[in-house]
Amino acid sequence: MNKENAVTVKNVYKNYGDVEALRDMSLNFPKGELTSLLGPSGCGKTTLLKIIAGLLPATSGEVIVNGEIVKDPGPDRAFVFQDFALLPWASVIRNVAFGLELRGVAKSERESIAQKYIGDVGLKGFENSFPHELSGGMRQRVGLARALSVDAQVLLMDEPFSAVDEQTRRKFQEDLLNLVKDQNKTFIFVTHSIEEAVYVSDQIALLLPRPSRVSEIIRPTSFKNKDVDSIRRDSEYLDIVDRIWKSLRSYVE
Amino acid sequence: MILFGYRLPAMSSLILWGLLWEIFGQLEVTYFIPSLSAIFITLIEIAPTPAFIKAISETAHAFIVGIFFAVFIGVPVGILMGKNRIIDELLLPWVNMFLSAPLTALVPVLMVLFGFGIKSIIIITTLFAIWIIVLNSRAGVMQINRSLVDMAKSFGAKPQDAFFKIYFWAALPEILGGIRIGFIRAVKGVIIGQLLISIVGFGALFELYSSNFLMKHFWCVIIVLFAMAFTLSEILAHLERKVSYYASKRG
Ligand SMILES: Nc1ncnc2c1ncn2[C@@H]1O[C@H](COP(=O)(O)OP(=O)(O)OP(=O)(O)O)[C@@H](O)[C@H]1O
Ligand SMILES: [Mg+2]
Repeated sequence: MNKENAVTVKNVYKNYGDVEALRDMSLNFPKGELTSLLGPSGCGKTTLLKIIAGLLPATSGEVIVNGEIVKDPGPDRAFVFQDFALLPWASVIRNVAFGLELRGVAKSERESIAQKYIGDVGLKGFENSFPHELSGGMRQRVGLARALSVDAQVLLMDEPFSAVDEQTRRKFQEDLLNLVKDQNKTFIFVTHSIEEAVYVSDQIALLLPRPSRVSEIIRPTSFKNKDVDSIRRDSEYLDIVDRIWKSLRSYVE
Repeated sequence: MILFGYRLPAMSSLILWGLLWEIFGQLEVTYFIPSLSAIFITLIEIAPTPAFIKAISETAHAFIVGIFFAVFIGVPVGILMGKNRIIDELLLPWVNMFLSAPLTALVPVLMVLFGFGIKSIIIITTLFAIWIIVLNSRAGVMQINRSLVDMAKSFGAKPQDAFFKIYFWAALPEILGGIRIGFIRAVKGVIIGQLLISIVGFGALFELYSSNFLMKHFWCVIIVLFAMAFTLSEILAHLERKVSYYASKRG
């Protein structure tokens, strides 16, 4: 547990008017690992992610990314959106390169970078398609390629797979595991699925209902180095899924 | 329209109405409605006359300049209103008021302020067109997908990038819809302005033809004006359809 932290959340409070979304939230995200945020609906997962992204100000407390306090969005973080957030009027390649375009990278350079990531996420040949011509799963691959192409240290993913079908989702989960291994980036991953969280995470933060704090941190160990196919049959995997469900079931009416 | 199993080209019903008009005119029921063919012959006669060419070019000039101001002021103002609460609250009451106001009543004031020439007509044209363009651009921006805005912010978009690369394009279907209605209103504006000022463009022609009871000439002018307005509106509707594919699929 003595790993360096890429992101540290320290005593963060967030109120929306009278609604207290986060209360004294503290949480560490170790470098190079994937941390899942798991909690009941409306507990403030998106809120926390947006505060880390610099899209929302915290009411008090601070977020530290690579040693610096977060005030605004920055090139060290990239966001993957639940609804993909693609430009409907732009081709796949322009969408993937859009983060670089906003950062002022020249066209030929950004397109060659985009090209590489389009290949990496398996969309070769779709460079000139438009989002409405793609399936939900393919659209999220575009969103993922866009986030990867800016080469941010931290990837923030808000229920990225919730709008894709179950089979595509499993494929995504496998790809995500490989991505975490290969990329040496820090992933912060919001999901509603207990199985998904246990499957992909190095660390799982269980959140309490609003006002939200961390109730428990779980670090799966034994199945992390196994191959992707056998994880779902691993006894620790099954135990953790069970344990999380037991602690969350009381919040589900 | 499908008739006896044949698909007729769009607007073929116009031919039918044209025929009816022709018959009615041939019957010489009233002096005020000459036959369509007589009108077209007159049109060919008067089209090359300097008075007619002058009227057309003056109208086109006033229309183009007026619409230019309406679009290039209206669209940015509408987008800013949609983006910014404070600007919106400052301007929205005025926009709504002018949208429904009987602008014709302002024409005499404008004539006093800006004279009896083309300048007043340009301003009238702009005033007729701009409000709906503002409101539609604003509506287009208001329905923007919030996560597109967050996405742009998260990649560090500068305000002008957000404006030109996100808001403008996201609102484009509504903007074009507003411009189309604005064009139609501008046609009204340019004609009403000319009629009231009546020494420029078609105003002068109308004055000349109607005071001399030149009914064929009078109808020529009307048909030309209607045809121009209709063509413009069709061209814009076509453009609008081209971008509407994403209006329903934004996100
Ligand atoms: N802009 C806002 N204004 C007021 N209240 C808000 C706002 N955004 C979120 N909230 C409230 O804050 C709480 C946390 O919201 P948040 O979206 O972060 O939850 P979440 O954990 O992501 O939920 P879900 O699992 O449904 O995505 C919710 O109760 C929500 O109603
Ligand atoms: Mg959420």
